[in-house]
Amino acid sequence: MKSDAVKRLGRYILANKPYLLGAVLFAALSNILMVAGPFIIGKGVDAIAGKEQVDFKSILNIVIIILILYLVSAFFQWSLQVITAVLSNRTVERLRKDVFDHILEMPLRFFDQKPHGDIMGRLTNDMENIGEGIYQSVTQFFTGIISIVGSLVFMFVLNPWITLIVIVMTPVTFLIASFITRRSSKMFKEQSKVNGELNGYIEEIIGNQKVVKAFNYEERAQKKFEEINGRLYKCGRWAQFYSSLVNPSTRLVNNITYVLLGMTGGIAALAGRLSIGYISSFLTYSSYFSQPINNVTSVTAQIQSAVASAERVFAVMDEEVEKQADINEIELKRTNGNVRFDDVSFSYVQEKPLIQNFNLDVKEGQRIAIVGPTGSGKTTLVNLLMRFYETDRGYIYIDDKSISKISKDSLRQSFGMVLQDTWLFAGTIRENIAYGNPEATDEEVKKAATSANAHSFIKRLPKGYETELTEGGSNLSQGQRQLLTIARVMLVIPPMLILDEATSSVDTRTELHIQKAFLKMMEGRTSFVIAHRLSTIKEADVILVMNNGRIVEQGSHKDLLKKNGFYKKLYLSQYENT
Amino acid sequence: MFKLIKYLKPYLKQVVLGPAFKLFEAILELTIPLLMAKLIDNGVKANNPSYVYMMGGIMVAIAITGAGSAYICQYYASIASQGFGTSMRNLLFKKIQGYSFNELDKIGTPSLINRITSDVNQLQLAVAMLIRLVVRVPFLCIGGLIMAMTINLKLSVILFITMPLFALVIYFIMSRTIPLYKTVQKKLDTLSVIIRENLSGVRVIRAFAKLDKERERFSKGNREYADMSISVGKVSALLNPATTVIVNFGVATILWFGGIQVYHGTMTQGEIIAYINYINLILSALIVLANLVVTFTKAAASANRVNEILETQPSVLDRAGSIADVQSAVNVSEEMPLIEFRNVRFTYDGASEYALKNISFGIKSGQTVGIIGSTGSGKSTLVNLIARFYDTTDGQILINGTDVKNMKQQNLRDKIGLVPQKSVLFSGTIEENIKWGNEQAQENDIYWAAEIVQATEFIKQKPEGIEAHISQGGANLSGGQKQRLAIARAVVKRPEILIFDDSTSALDYATDAALRRQIKDNLKGLTIIMVTQRVAAIRDADLIVVLDDGEIVGIGRNEELLKSCPVYQEIYYSQRKSEVAHT
Repeated sequence: MKSDAVKRLGRYILANKPYLLGAVLFAALSNILMVAGPFIIGKGVDAIAGKEQVDFKSILNIVIIILILYLVSAFFQWSLQVITAVLSNRTVERLRKDVFDHILEMPLRFFDQKPHGDIMGRLTNDMENIGEGIYQSVTQFFTGIISIVGSLVFMFVLNPWITLIVIVMTPVTFLIASFITRRSSKMFKEQSKVNGELNGYIEEIIGNQKVVKAFNYEERAQKKFEEINGRLYKCGRWAQFYSSLVNPSTRLVNNITYVLLGMTGGIAALAGRLSIGYISSFLTYSSYFSQPINNVTSVTAQIQSAVASAERVFAVMDEEVEKQADINEIELKRTNGNVRFDDVSFSYVQEKPLIQNFNLDVKEGQRIAIVGPTGSGKTTLVNLLMRFYETDRGYIYIDDKSISKISKDSLRQSFGMVLQDTWLFAGTIRENIAYGNPEATDEEVKKAATSANAHSFIKRLPKGYETELTEGGSNLSQGQRQLLTIARVMLVIPPMLILDEATSSVDTRTELHIQKAFLKMMEGRTSFVIAHRLSTIKEADVILVMNNGRIVEQGSHKDLLKKNGFYKKLYLSQYENT
Repeated sequence: MFKLIKYLKPYLKQVVLGPAFKLFEAILELTIPLLMAKLIDNGVKANNPSYVYMMGGIMVAIAITGAGSAYICQYYASIASQGFGTSMRNLLFKKIQGYSFNELDKIGTPSLINRITSDVNQLQLAVAMLIRLVVRVPFLCIGGLIMAMTINLKLSVILFITMPLFALVIYFIMSRTIPLYKTVQKKLDTLSVIIRENLSGVRVIRAFAKLDKERERFSKGNREYADMSISVGKVSALLNPATTVIVNFGVATILWFGGIQVYHGTMTQGEIIAYINYINLILSALIVLANLVVTFTKAAASANRVNEILETQPSVLDRAGSIADVQSAVNVSEEMPLIEFRNVRFTYDGASEYALKNISFGIKSGQTVGIIGSTGSGKSTLVNLIARFYDTTDGQILINGTDVKNMKQQNLRDKIGLVPQKSVLFSGTIEENIKWGNEQAQENDIYWAAEIVQATEFIKQKPEGIEAHISQGGANLSGGQKQRLAIARAVVKRPEILIFDDSTSALDYATDAALRRQIKDNLKGLTIIMVTQRVAAIRDADLIVVLDDGEIVGIGRNEELLKSCPVYQEIYYSQRKSEVAHT
């Protein structure tokens, strides 16, 4: 699973091969020059032997070489970082796009069941994490390894035996680092858990201050908050402490290595096996050595968390997408609006059958009302009709064509839908109304708004149709939002209509006005109306009364009242007081 | 940022000792190379193996001591930074809970949450950095500078030229990247909005067959974000190479001018080596300093946002000398209305138009009052003023003859049971949720309230009964069930005034009627204010207030209003007409 995520991520990185190769090249070039630097500076120092023993000519040469060397290496270093930034950002861009496109292909079930915050997190935070991981591993990890190997080679040439000390001590560094990281990662896990709890509590309490204040709950909330916060302090403190031990610890190992080198070098020199000059180069290289090791150890944590993020991201990619378009599928161009449900069965959860052996024949232009208690399956019929969900058994036909053979886009475009959930996006009111037809003229938009009874409130807004809505339209009232979504459908007016509790959040007076517009819109169009208020559906040609996923009664308002059954009971319960 | 420093006071010990130990470690670290030089000079050169062993031992001991004091510093840093963050969060949470809705509306919930969480985290990080680096880095800089100057004063001119150059580079890069980072953040926000809209609007997007358009919109946002990040990367990637170049230019100049001095015999070869080492030391410390500056710039922005919360004063306040108990404060006469609106006018902060105007009426104790009107007519605003969620712009609201502004908010709200429009429940059990209304409520009180609100049946169906768990926002309950629990929560309080803010819309008419009957029977003398769109719910009310566009357009009983108030008639018939025609 883990290596799988790494492999797949690798494939994404490799898609940008030119950048990766460039990064490798620049990393190698700049590091080789950097390792050579001290060597050349050392030569310069050698040229300054003592009083009146200074070789100015070679110093000048060396100064010029140093200047060129570092300018060139700085250029390579900069190029490395830029090219890595391009590599990581382009890789993540591609990955994010693929995941997003994949999500758009997902069946509605996915959106209904997965918490949206979680998906958001995978598309944002996890992606950032992956990008940072790629960037760090190329710039730090990768170049770190190059300079470790480079320094090792230099030292090995100087003296293979003493180099052994370094080689023995290096794993010790990594061992200590991983020992501490394991400890701290446990604490970090605990910390992020408590942190989640705390954020959830903040959101709950600050987001619902009205209730909190109304019930004088502030002190109790404060107490609970401080309790969670206190737990966060405990694990946060230890997480921070443990993780902050890595650096001093590796430094300790480095210092000990340094001392051991000096001592063994010294002893070897005493035995006449090594010159003092050699010892000093050795010591220089050993400190050269410790910097990349520190970098590498501190980057491993970053890489680990990037891999964890990659796993979460690829888990989304592994979710099954909606049934893909059939090549033979047809475009629903013009439709009369004959709709037939033929022995349809469906359930959201396998163990809980919802709609069973459902049959219905709707003639063109008919108005079908669907009523019933919450959870009786009213909205499910709509979900099936729009192919948000696919039937388990049976078929739905439009003009005798099975909808499973019709392209989803053309099927959906032949329905105008107004939902209880008002969905508006960040943009102007005009853009929101013209969502179904961005080319609509101002006149058309205004006309649609007028028939949805929205024009009067829109024109009172400071910027009218150009008023910017915040995300979700939170600067409008629920009723106003609903009017805009109605105007949106009024603008396109497709051959068939679905009104799913469309006026439930609008007051009855406004509803009356909209109702008129709806009636006009429904004229000659097959329409499905789901409503909570029974008064709104009395004029329907057929009323379907649903209970527990089944049609329990069916007929006109008058017939159903005569029947004296479930419908009458529902109806009376609504009106016995009026 | 400095305004927040006083909150570090409880951690004075850690803030002083932490850097002290870090300083100690830095000093120890500097001595190791010196001792190594001695080892070579006195041990190897003088052919003295036991001196080599001794010095080696001392150096290992110093390394261990150094690591030990680094550990202590980290320990103090963890206590001080996490402790500071924790108490900051407590303080902010308390402050925000004291806000009235004016402030909550203005700053906005998501922003408030961000400030308690990510901004405080940023500050926490800054405190940790402060303890770890704030003494160490200047020490290394200044120490290195002094050492270099003692070796050779003239050559130090080179240092005094390179250091400002270095500062200039940092300034140049930061002044370019900080605004760019803001743009990157904005692009990311835009991208998040697109993602969120696609998640929540999936049905509409599919219904309008707009998948391709959304894909394109996302692609564009995604591309712009990546492009922006790359252009920031180009600038910020300059920092490291630029410092390397500056440092080594310094080294090159020292070779040249040092060479001249050596030639004249005013300097030795060894001193040049030492000099170069000190330059490397100083400038590597400066690089750390640059990172420190970045962290502190970010922290300063966060500090401002946190400070804004601490300095914003709630607009609804308890006045000094607020009256604790209204009953005892004035002589309450029989005739005096329990609640009285006197010429109330209210405008939301920043709004150009009034939300309520010329509101005057009285409610007697024990009455049931209906408030009816269209969406946006000001019904909810009116009841919000009673509980002092907002204070009136003009005019007064009196309870038992006392201006609510002179009452303690807590005492005022103790009298009121509110059922909000949106049935908000909290994660926890059913019992815990009902207990919101009354902490001391016993089990029988809870069953009593559940019975009144017609919730007994569905509670009994749950295997755990009142111990059944409710997930955040009540996601595992139906709308009607949530609403009934929200009412039970207000009922268990046994308030004097019960306010329904359009809060029975999810109940079917039969349940609604039964519930209202039960409340009437069980809570004698209760004053009920009912905001609603349903005529049926308030037809029998003692008083009906009809609002339109923020003003009272009718007041009286059902029959009177049917005769005199056109708006009421319109509402009434909109709900009755069809069924009159059919039955």
